[in-house]
Amino acid sequence: MRVAVPVFPGSNCDHDALHACGTVMGWDTIPVWHQETALPANTDLVFVPGGFSYGDYLRCGAIAALSPIMGDIKRHAENGGLVFGVCNGFQILCEAHLLPGALLRNDTLRFIHKWVHLRVERNSLPFTSSLKAGQVICVPMAHAEGNYTLDEGGLADLEARNGVAFRYCDAAGAVGEDHTPNGAANAIAGITNLRGNVLGMMPHPERAVEAAMGGLDGLPIFQSLAAAFTKA
Amino acid sequence: MSTMLEPQVNEALALSLGLSPEEWQVALRLVDGRMPTYPELGIFSAMWSEHCSYKSSRIHLRNLPTEGPRVLQGPGENAGVVDIGDGWAVAFKMESHNHPSYIEPYQGAATGVGGILRDVFTMGARPLANMNSLRFGELDGSNPQSGRMKSLVKGVAAGIAGYGNCMGIAMLGGDCAFDACYNGNILVNAFSLGLLRGDRIFRGYASGVGNKVMYIGSKTGRDGIHGASMASAEFGEGSEEKRPTVQVGDPFTEKLLLEACMELFATDWVIGIQDMGAAGLTSSSFEMASRAETGLRLDLDQVPMREEGMTPFELMLSESQERMLLVAKPGHEADVVRVLHKWGLDAVVVGEVTDSGRFIGMWHGEKVIDLPIQPLADAAPKYDRPRSRPEWLDALNAEAMPEDLKAAEVERTLRRLLAQPTVASKGWIFEQYDGTVRSNTLLMQGRGDAGIIRIKGEDGKDTGKAVAMKSDCNGRYAHLDPFWGAAHAVAEACRNVSCVGAEPIGLTDCLNYGNPEKPENMWAFEQGTLGIRQACLALGVPVVSGNVSLYNDTEGVSIFPTPMIGAVGLIEDAALPVDVHAPDATALAKVGNRFCGSGFRAAFDGIFLLGETRDELGGSEYLKLRTGRVYGPCPELWLDDEFRLQACVREGIRLGLIRSAHDTSEGGLLTAVLESAFQGGMGCQLMLTRGGLRLDSLLFGESAGRIVVSVSPDGESALKALCETHRVPFAKLGTTGGKRVTVAVDGQPLLDADAADLAAIHGTALEKALG
Repeated sequence: MRVAVPVFPGSNCDHDALHACGTVMGWDTIPVWHQETALPANTDLVFVPGGFSYGDYLRCGAIAALSPIMGDIKRHAENGGLVFGVCNGFQILCEAHLLPGALLRNDTLRFIHKWVHLRVERNSLPFTSSLKAGQVICVPMAHAEGNYTLDEGGLADLEARNGVAFRYCDAAGAVGEDHTPNGAANAIAGITNLRGNVLGMMPHPERAVEAAMGGLDGLPIFQSLAAAFTKA
Repeated sequence: MSTMLEPQVNEALALSLGLSPEEWQVALRLVDGRMPTYPELGIFSAMWSEHCSYKSSRIHLRNLPTEGPRVLQGPGENAGVVDIGDGWAVAFKMESHNHPSYIEPYQGAATGVGGILRDVFTMGARPLANMNSLRFGELDGSNPQSGRMKSLVKGVAAGIAGYGNCMGIAMLGGDCAFDACYNGNILVNAFSLGLLRGDRIFRGYASGVGNKVMYIGSKTGRDGIHGASMASAEFGEGSEEKRPTVQVGDPFTEKLLLEACMELFATDWVIGIQDMGAAGLTSSSFEMASRAETGLRLDLDQVPMREEGMTPFELMLSESQERMLLVAKPGHEADVVRVLHKWGLDAVVVGEVTDSGRFIGMWHGEKVIDLPIQPLADAAPKYDRPRSRPEWLDALNAEAMPEDLKAAEVERTLRRLLAQPTVASKGWIFEQYDGTVRSNTLLMQGRGDAGIIRIKGEDGKDTGKAVAMKSDCNGRYAHLDPFWGAAHAVAEACRNVSCVGAEPIGLTDCLNYGNPEKPENMWAFEQGTLGIRQACLALGVPVVSGNVSLYNDTEGVSIFPTPMIGAVGLIEDAALPVDVHAPDATALAKVGNRFCGSGFRAAFDGIFLLGETRDELGGSEYLKLRTGRVYGPCPELWLDDEFRLQACVREGIRLGLIRSAHDTSEGGLLTAVLESAFQGGMGCQLMLTRGGLRLDSLLFGESAGRIVVSVSPDGESALKALCETHRVPFAKLGTTGGKRVTVAVDGQPLLDADAADLAAIHGTALEKALG
């Protein structure tokens, strides 16, 4: 399995992505500088990492979405290839219109770092097949702009097509405003596109794949991806 | 020499730039009797400022023990470096940004983080973890400016978050306390630690005559001019006007500079490199040439400038951020430029190394600066300032304690104590910092007495090693006894590192004191260095880097002496490898590691106190709550007991016997036990024995050298044996678990409260106080 990790100026979770995919999962994982115009041959998964691409100037992810490498990432997605964006990666995928909606400033107006509970809403994706629907996982979140928003009609469409992959919840799986740390619409933590091959989420499952990190709840996502490629 | 429109240089101008009349005479001698140019005068003013020259503190800094078998680089470089085995080393340092943060909290704190990060990565180290030590004034009505103080807390936290998060450095905590002595002068001390190979340390040497001197990073602007001299004077009414001397940070640019430097350090193109920090181009160029005993010629007109019309004076003194001075290996200048350009940054040759021993500054072909480097550094004033023990100290120490707390008052007192900002959870602040980025964090802020990161090798796999860190200082103790208060800071920082299972291997300090021209402050400073020395020698830990911040006064009022200590500890084999493809990898997460946190782990564990409780209320949070004042004797510190206590707790953790450890500090024993319960999400049942102590000393006194631990029910006899081996006093306090907190003293019930209710007070008090 070959993973490409695009690196933008200001990316800082590229190391987390490389560690989880390369060191922990043992996949062939290649950092790709944003000025490249082509992904490595036979790329199976593009992992768009978190961080502060272009310093979050203008809007989070807005400038990175126009980087040269994004053209090939879009082609990869159009051809059915898997694209996984975490944190700033999710913001970039939204800005690049690979996913609907936008990430606004947290309603607390502060950066928040903590371990949060997420309820798995859909386990029929190549990213989530090793999880059970309704299962609660606990992974770190670390962002200031994770308040997911979408116009009313778009949100209804997203829900109707079962496009929400993860929602913020409490330890027992209950969803509500009190358990949504950033004000995200419908407690949305992660979404997928219509085809189900692009997933974006604000929390960091790649930071919960070893016992040493304090939790292993992110691991099933990577095990799901491994299974998807064994099948293919 | 210069034809530019510049102020007339004379003694009056020199004095207005902060030189003393004596220093002006030395300056005249150094330029052989001619009148210095305006930029030369700026250089004298900056180089001889307290901030750059350590002129008041230097003779006392010699007291600090700086040597040890692990020390690869002691004080004097950008950061200290300590060997952690197998060729790996860590570079770390702590530095103050107090004055800028008081004037402009967001940028002041942000650039403090930026500056300390550059100090660490200039050494060739990849920064992996940050901490910060914060001291704020009172947030309640006792402070007439409490509204401003609240905005300072918010601004400082946001500034640290804004810079550190963007850089992608895990924030492992630090410490934060509140006292009226900081009402007019907050403390913002930033710590950073990075990883490097011990044989790949980069230093600030301008060596090799003819080698090119390169300027890399951001362009130079007019921000921060006179920052160093601002940090070298008391605050007064006009300090607000100094806002323009606060630098403005751009963490995005620094992230690019970091990555560019990391690329350069992997090559052999760099001979020497130095961060442009306080006094910018002036101190970086003089220090680099001074260390290498060479000279420098710089073409100042070649320096990349942010705006037009800048003068040599401004270029030499600007403290614009995110800049480095670098000496390149001959023939590789273009390679350096290529790397910097890849990251979108400037890199230009601005001069070369000479053998003249002089600093020559050229401006469009005209010589505007011509100063001898070593004589100027050697001539930096060194003061043995008058010192005197304050007359009021004995009376303050001898004042009588209030009468003992009544049993009926225990619960109300506890609830109020848990809500004091110094005792309450600092989650509101620390939650704003990314604590897990780079996937190294084994113990994040709030989960243990120290933060821990693991060390991954070049192949990305665990080396098994882990590094713990914590900063500490109780300024109240240092107020009551400057010597023992400083020793306490060392002991407590090392104790906290030991409480997670790490052996302390090196310290950095940030010595925050008042105006050194007041003999009482200078005496406290000297006592502080001697106290640090005593504790370091007793605990076997050297100081490898540090910083001094004097003139922490506003309108004549000095802060309490606050010698902040950052301790770094090593765990040789912390992380157990886990096979992620194992059928039940989650179960392995529950296997005990060779470190521990502060929270209780399971119900029915035994809770024990290691160490001795004495009748000690002096300087305690409890005493301040009851009387509104800080007085009494400083708690005792028995350093040989401390050494054995720390060795004992480390061994208990290594054996897997001790499941949680938390030292007692502000708020005393009951607060410490409850913090472990809150962290573990459970209650506890305590049955205490008074043993002749006052009730308040037992519950809330702050005797040092005590650690609350928990062990499984079958571990009790092993813990007893361990403590006997180490000759550490040992007492059972009670049992973990349940939803309630109950306390009985000598069989008499004193408290029965809902654990979640108390935890909520502790967890939300700071946010409420910040309103």
